[in-house]
Amino acid sequence: MKPIATTRSSMGIATGKLAVWWVLVSEIVIFGGLLASYVMNRLAHVEWGDQAAHTNTWAGAFNTFVLLTSSLSAVLAHQAAEKGDGPKAARFLYMTCLGGLVFLVVKGFEWAHEIQAGFVIQSGGFWGYYYTAAGLHGFHVLAGMAVMIWVASSAKKNQDLHRVENVGLYWHFVDIVWIFLFPLLYIAK
Amino acid sequence: MSNQHDAHDHHAGAHAHHDEGWFKKYFWSTDHKIIGFQYMFTGMLLALVGAFMAYVFRMQLAFPGQAVPGWGLVSPGQYNMLITNHGSIMIFWVAMPVLIAGFGNYIIPLMIGADDMVFPRLNRLSYQLFFISVLLLIASLLVQNGGFGGAWTAYPPLSANKDFNLTPLGSTLWLLAVAVEFVAFLLGGINFIVTAMNARAPGMKAFDVPIVVWTIVIASILFMASVGPLVAGAVMLLFDQTLGTSFFNPNKGGDPILWQHLFWFFGHPEVYVVLLPAMGIVAEVMTVFARKKLFAYKTVIYTIIATGVLSFFVWAHHQFVAGIDPRMANVFTVTTVLISIPIAEMCFVYIATLYGGSIRLTTPMLWALAFMAEFMLGGVTGIYLGSSGADIFFHDTYFVVAHFHYTFFPIAIIAVMSGVTYWFPKMFGRHLNEFWGKVHFWGTIIPFNGIFIPLFILGAAGEHRRIFDYHSFPHLATPELQAMRVFATVSLVVMLAFQPVFIVNYLVSMFRGKKADKNPWKANTLEWTADSPPPHGNWPELPNCYRGPYEYSVEGRELDYWPQNEKA
Amino acid sequence: MLERFLPAAASYAGDVDQLVWLVTILVGFWFIAAEAMFFWLIFKFRAKEGVKAQYITGKEKHLKQWINIPHGLVLLFDVFIIIAAIRVWVHIKQTLPPPDRTIQVTAQQWAWTFTDPGADDSLGTADDVHTTDQLHVEVDKTYHFKLESKDVLHSFFIPAFRMKQDAVPGRIYTGWFKPTQTGDYDILCAEICGIGHGVMGAKLVVETAEERAAWLQAHAPVVEEVASTEDVATDGASTDSTSAAAGQQ
Repeated sequence: MKPIATTRSSMGIATGKLAVWWVLVSEIVIFGGLLASYVMNRLAHVEWGDQAAHTNTWAGAFNTFVLLTSSLSAVLAHQAAEKGDGPKAARFLYMTCLGGLVFLVVKGFEWAHEIQAGFVIQSGGFWGYYYTAAGLHGFHVLAGMAVMIWVASSAKKNQDLHRVENVGLYWHFVDIVWIFLFPLLYIAK
Repeated sequence: MSNQHDAHDHHAGAHAHHDEGWFKKYFWSTDHKIIGFQYMFTGMLLALVGAFMAYVFRMQLAFPGQAVPGWGLVSPGQYNMLITNHGSIMIFWVAMPVLIAGFGNYIIPLMIGADDMVFPRLNRLSYQLFFISVLLLIASLLVQNGGFGGAWTAYPPLSANKDFNLTPLGSTLWLLAVAVEFVAFLLGGINFIVTAMNARAPGMKAFDVPIVVWTIVIASILFMASVGPLVAGAVMLLFDQTLGTSFFNPNKGGDPILWQHLFWFFGHPEVYVVLLPAMGIVAEVMTVFARKKLFAYKTVIYTIIATGVLSFFVWAHHQFVAGIDPRMANVFTVTTVLISIPIAEMCFVYIATLYGGSIRLTTPMLWALAFMAEFMLGGVTGIYLGSSGADIFFHDTYFVVAHFHYTFFPIAIIAVMSGVTYWFPKMFGRHLNEFWGKVHFWGTIIPFNGIFIPLFILGAAGEHRRIFDYHSFPHLATPELQAMRVFATVSLVVMLAFQPVFIVNYLVSMFRGKKADKNPWKANTLEWTADSPPPHGNWPELPNCYRGPYEYSVEGRELDYWPQNEKA
Repeated sequence: MLERFLPAAASYAGDVDQLVWLVTILVGFWFIAAEAMFFWLIFKFRAKEGVKAQYITGKEKHLKQWINIPHGLVLLFDVFIIIAAIRVWVHIKQTLPPPDRTIQVTAQQWAWTFTDPGADDSLGTADDVHTTDQLHVEVDKTYHFKLESKDVLHSFFIPAFRMKQDAVPGRIYTGWFKPTQTGDYDILCAEICGIGHGVMGAKLVVETAEERAAWLQAHAPVVEEVASTEDVATDGASTDSTSAAAGQQ
């Protein structure tokens, strides 16, 4: 029982899409605040570079590749949904999820390795931001995957296909955040 | 679709749909009006808690070291806990839920002619999260070692380290409560913004939207754009408290001032987040009871937007003497003083709206006018604090306390009372008793000035904040200054003594008041075309909109109002 | 206006007081004008039998002036206030006149400790005088103070000087003042710092050169007598004792 309000579109943009854009605005400032704090502190502390040297750039680079690929399949899912092919859109969404899963697994190995080497969240300025920023991002990956599975399960039955685009928007955002995190946490040494 | 159903047989339909049991109707409802009530009543109950805290610490200040009736002796730790939570509650759990979430939920769909918010279940989730935050807050007060006492600004290292604040559990629960509350309002805010942008009645253009809807939406955008860094900051502080990270720990390479930037980057826009909806409510009430078109509607909207934008560039005026680069203070003095331009313009426009009117001093109008009269004092005293040179002295004195109470009290109490009394007939289908409404008005406004005018003077005498007893400071422990503290406290007690008048009047009028028809105030906006109270779905047939909201006393018309939904 | 409640005992106290006067006059004018206009309009346009309100959109030029002209004036007044405020700020916080003497001020939960350079006027030497909860300064001499905190944020506030500065752990802040009036004044902590915040005061004694010399004589450091800092922290700040607390840094 949807209210009539939900079906209206005074702005000419679908309600769900408009809402996703506003969600992204609120997310941008959350990550923006965290990263701005990190950058300001990083510039003030040269010694953080030595700590950052212990991160695994290759694992980070691989994960960047994985996320970018998964964004591509999210775009393909959107295209399929536009054409009204729900099952195909769902398949692409599952592929996107798989990308997210690979990303998290790689991340898990990385963290396990670093923690074994004694670099934990308490180990100093850089590591605090490293775990917090990457953890917050990982949490968004996980949330995105959960939503995607939910959207895919109804897309499979050709229902609510407009949601495929919305969840794709969100996934691109998660991707872009990583594109900021990767150079800031891995490459800058 | 319930709406089509209602269209056929409204009364029968309403009953069939609402026979859902008490719990489902009032606690699990997705109806925007019920959720609005949930927010409003939760906020008002917490206002009583916050007011009780004010009573306890004002008594301690007036009669230091003596047992406070209803509480007992006030220890320094308890005193800190009381002032901290008084501030947190009044801003985060009273002003925000009542003004934005409460009124926003109740009136936005009604004013824009929609049957509900665009995401009703998200709306319900928002309140449920808010409710969890209330439980967390209350838990934080009751745990071992007592509630958090590091002020509502929660500056680290005091807030981050249990060896310094001595309330490990209380501080963590308090921080969690605030963080959960932010998430609740982010969800609610997205709903308000999208609803107002997308779900307007056919024919309602952006500049046909009532000011109060504009202000709530812009406030939601401000909140959304400013709270992010603090959400990140809250996570960092939580890690500092519980995991032992060192984001704000200077001994391990962290920076305590960083928190202040994150906090005030949110904290200052937050002032406008609650101010704007209050100004919106006042605009509605003033136009209706002056029977006047709002003077320069578009100017008001531009000043709202200008205030919102400027509010992002003033935050460091809270930190002039906090150890930031002193050159930064000059920039922030300029931006801070310049914010007086849109705010002064807004006040001028409101005053000009009265010109040529036919002013009726009903209870809601008295509250609205009192808002203007009192808020202006709050506004001008802000200039002292924005002027860096003077703020060296005034920072963290009672002058600041008096200043922001002259802004927040008009916002969170006076404007809210104006809204509550104005929409009362719509909400409950009955009139609020005017006589007792006015008794409550005068019994609140006069003592309010009695509380805070002495505090301006105490602040000018150098009395600094958050001190439970001034005996350690000989220049502040003089009998003259003590007499002023007693005067303020007595005024507070008088004001509190008048509040039961409101509560009783409210409850009695709700059930026994004179019946109200659809449009008792002869107002233009769409909510007055629905039944009082509106059923689930609001209208049997959703209205169309043909004109702006403030077409009062149009020349050549017999009636002095022109509802937005009336064709020609 | 402030001098009605508080002595103005530092060279720049008068500047702050003048700024406060200026702001009071400029905003006071607007406050009174706006309130007067407001109440007059409420009275003038009260509802009367048979009189309908006017239809005014706010676009009428002759009416719009009543908003626009005051609006421009507010901007002009703002400029005056900004210039005056920044002048005072720059004088107090952004300039450091050459010092006659430098002292050290250390804040901790919940006490102030002060280090006077002693007879040789230089810090870090054997004749430094350490005091708790009492600061002795000489009138008409320019002092620099090095402000630091050992634990949480504190704020060094001397109302009679119109001077306030937060003490941030991990940083040393250098500020200045020049006392101009002898007497006893309050030193307060103006930033909440835990349960003892309410008792974290100290006494400021502004005295003549002779009085200071006598005080220095009486409090010349006693070598070997070491009071541990823990003692200072726990036995509260209300003790007016002058102790020779060594090992501050």
